[in-house]
Amino acid sequence: MEIFTHTWHWALSGFLIGLIMLTLIYFGKVFGMSTNLRTLCSMTGIGKKVSFFDWDWKAQQWNLVVLLGAMLGGYVATHYLSDSTNVAINPITIEKLSKLGITAPQANLLPDTLYQLQGDQIIKKILFLIVGGLLIGFGSRYAGGCTSGHAISGLSNFQVPSLKAVIGFFIGGLIMVNFIFPLIF
Amino acid sequence: MKLLKFLAVGFVFGIVLTKAEAVSWYRIFEMFQFDSFHMYGIIMTAIATGVLGIQIMKRYQLKDINGEPIHIADKEKGTFRYWIGGLVFGLGWAMVGACPGPIFILIGAGFYPVIWVLIGALLGTFFYGLWKDKLPH
Repeated sequence: MEIFTHTWHWALSGFLIGLIMLTLIYFGKVFGMSTNLRTLCSMTGIGKKVSFFDWDWKAQQWNLVVLLGAMLGGYVATHYLSDSTNVAINPITIEKLSKLGITAPQANLLPDTLYQLQGDQIIKKILFLIVGGLLIGFGSRYAGGCTSGHAISGLSNFQVPSLKAVIGFFIGGLIMVNFIFPLIF
Repeated sequence: MKLLKFLAVGFVFGIVLTKAEAVSWYRIFEMFQFDSFHMYGIIMTAIATGVLGIQIMKRYQLKDINGEPIHIADKEKGTFRYWIGGLVFGLGWAMVGACPGPIFILIGAGFYPVIWVLIGALLGTFFYGLWKDKLPH
């Protein structure tokens, strides 16, 4: 069981993610997760007022099913395929985190400091999560895709727009982690 | 039944991303600190696999499951939207440590505070739709 419950090697993980993208191409579809956010918005009927959401979102049904499968996969992996050796990040990173006041992983995927919604800072924490989400939702739609659509699908097909977007992703991430985190923590 | 294969693909995707820890805030932080090769290895291997597969599909003019020739549409031309949109996305990705796929995977795994991230992401998508015509692309 250990080979399943330990952290999977990057080479195996990357290879499988590549295969997933290729499988969707074989099924006549495009691998892209953020489109589901647009679909979910459109399902509320907002397309009557905002034309961006007036599109053939019903043709994206399959993508919502992929999402549902991913949620089930996430459930199975965390509940049945995890152990105490997981999330063994670099000790140097843990030191940097402690300087920011963020707890070490100890096999948890998410830091309690940000994701445990308890105590007197609860409003601040919720705002932090919503703002992060806003940037993700707005940015991925503005850029026309996220990590799956641009970094994996786009770069695999040598798309120059995707290269610009992915460089943008990394500039944004580096700014957040190196310049904004020290200000907010 | 037609949709069952997509459920299966999604299921594998959810397991792989969780076990690769690409859904972990810590792994994203570690990546942006250049402290580990792990995330870079995942992304680069996925792209290498994708490049190889797509080249094979193109060279041998393979057909998809419905017998149609495989055609992958090019991304729209543009500059501003990719740089700025990408940068905004990157800020959010590093902040909460999850991109759109992992947001759902984490909620499925039972990390319910991530629902706040999802609410934000839906609002962000909505605002883009609202302001789309006023934004430079």
